Amino acid sequence: MSSASSTSEFDLECSHITKRFGAFTAVNDISFQIPKGSFFSILGPSGCGKTTLLRMMAGFLEPDEGDLTIKGRSMVGVPPNKRPVNMVFQHLALFPMMTVEENIAYGLKRQGIPKADIPAKVKDALERISLPDAGPKRVDQLSGGQKQRIAIARCLVLEPTVLLLDEPLGALDLKLREHMKVELKQLQHQFDTTFIYITHDQSEALVMSDQVAVMNNGEFEQVGTPQDLYYSPETAFVAGFVGDSNRWRGKISDMSNGTVSVQTDDGLKLTATAVGDTLAKGQNVDIFVRPESVALSRTADALSGMENILSGKVENLLFNGANSRVMVSDPSSGDKITVTLPQTGEFNDLQKGQDLHLGWRINQAKCFEELGVSDEELAELA
Amino acid sequence: MNKNAPKLGLILLMAPLLIWLFALIILPHVDMFFLSLKEKIAPRVYETGFANYGEFFIEPLYWNTFARTAFMSILTTIVTLIIAFPVSYYIAKMLQGRMKAVLFVLCLLPFWVSELVRTFGWMILLRETGIISNILQWAGLVDQPVEMLYTDATIIVGLVYTSMLFMVVPLVTTLESLDNSYVEAGYDLGGNGFTVMREIVIPHAMPGIVSGCIVVFMLSLGNYLTPILLGGKDSLWFTEQIYAQFITRFNWEQGSAFGFLLLILSSLIVWGGLKLSRQTLSNTMG
Repeated sequence: MSSASSTSEFDLECSHITKRFGAFTAVNDISFQIPKGSFFSILGPSGCGKTTLLRMMAGFLEPDEGDLTIKGRSMVGVPPNKRPVNMVFQHLALFPMMTVEENIAYGLKRQGIPKADIPAKVKDALERISLPDAGPKRVDQLSGGQKQRIAIARCLVLEPTVLLLDEPLGALDLKLREHMKVELKQLQHQFDTTFIYITHDQSEALVMSDQVAVMNNGEFEQVGTPQDLYYSPETAFVAGFVGDSNRWRGKISDMSNGTVSVQTDDGLKLTATAVGDTLAKGQNVDIFVRPESVALSRTADALSGMENILSGKVENLLFNGANSRVMVSDPSSGDKITVTLPQTGEFNDLQKGQDLHLGWRINQAKCFEELGVSDEELAELA
Repeated sequence: MNKNAPKLGLILLMAPLLIWLFALIILPHVDMFFLSLKEKIAPRVYETGFANYGEFFIEPLYWNTFARTAFMSILTTIVTLIIAFPVSYYIAKMLQGRMKAVLFVLCLLPFWVSELVRTFGWMILLRETGIISNILQWAGLVDQPVEMLYTDATIIVGLVYTSMLFMVVPLVTTLESLDNSYVEAGYDLGGNGFTVMREIVIPHAMPGIVSGCIVVFMLSLGNYLTPILLGGKDSLWFTEQIYAQFITRFNWEQGSAFGFLLLILSSLIVWGGLKLSRQTLSNTMG
């Protein structure tokens, strides 16, 4: 308890947490701290161990090694009903045999709150989620978004230190999901509670979070703000998993001052910024370039200042309003490069088969130690 | 395709059921009903009236026997539920895969032996010269043979044993349909084992509990073999009265009236039970 004062700004801390199922290590030596009142997401493909980690925080699983503290108090061996955390389940788990009111009152009753005070607290909670009249309804009379809010209110009415959310938006349709992202963020501000949100959907994590941890194979690849992850990924996995990227695989032919020249497997020569200090000449690497950081031009001259220049034919136009993209194939290597179409009107009349020039700066291309998975596998994970 | 074809298919599919219901259930009952209304006023002279039903209420032996039978059947139902619930919960929620199937089959296994043989099994165990009596004497706990047959407790033991499967099957089915996340959410929101059971598991399992109870109650009430064999001559089971009227006394009119009374009174008890547990027959069976 001597460290309690120094760690009080953290609501939840994990140190060297490990969980094994037989020979399989689901969570491998993870340490992190979550500051009070923040929205922390754990982003990873299915099977990366994020659910196991969350269930350890909730108390449904005990870590094999390491310690988990909430507000400086160790939670190892503390059962779920004695922890100051509550969980919003993937399928919400609203009790179907109870009304909305009874669902929200369930936890209050268990906390031993005087019976006379419960209706007022339930009413207050329903008003805060803007469903003041939902109280007497049955759970199956609610829409998806309403259920979502009730499930969150059912937890927040207990004033937990940390609210855990296990991909609760997964079952909603796209439009409602977009809406709920904003609403969840608002609820978090309104109740001023620490949220820990696990998801495999990068846009959910990026939009809502203050901090995101990208998890893979039971370990955290990188923890940072959504901007950090997007603009300065530290590993090839993060670069490939968060956001879209063009990827080339190749060998380092030359390097100096953090800049590498890479001979790709398809025969291109590219220059890029080296990330990490383990890169060496002759090593197999991956280069990632985001579709929106590639400049497009109809003439070669306009791109003359750029370190990487390619030219090719329009292979395909993927029109999607503001998110339209063009796929350009490079005739020499056969590579297909996806580029976001600038919305300046200049390329509105672009046709399949036309010639285009592409270019990008050195700092837009990031070179990582080779990742052990193929493009297809990565796409499947994301 | 003929428009009436699906309808014809339905009729053909329903035909065996309807014939069975009509020929074996409705027809004999109608006949029994008319039989029960015949009052014997002299040899081979009958009048129509409710005297046979009146007999049930006038003669204390008859309605006492019925009340006793109903009470012991309710007791049997409660004991069966108390034993079967943890068993079913264990099978449905604690076990996975193979062990689940094995335990379920173990519950079913005794039913491959006929009820008569199973009941004789109990008699071999419990009679004065039986296995348990001998073990107790050998262990020095008693100094003379103990008779454990022919008591009310023995009847209930036998009935509970016979009814167990009919409680376990509906309970396992409803408990399996309970998503584990409800139980986890119950704990997560601060519940302990007792409150999660009372607020979440039991309300969810209520349809299974009620349908199991109805089946067990009806089977116990209508059971003949087990009460007679384990309870002996003094078992005073209502079915025994019906048997006596039909076979021993050759008074079919009285026996029919008792048969109808059993049907009506047991239906009333089930209806009362449904009202008490706020369930409806349709959501219990559905």
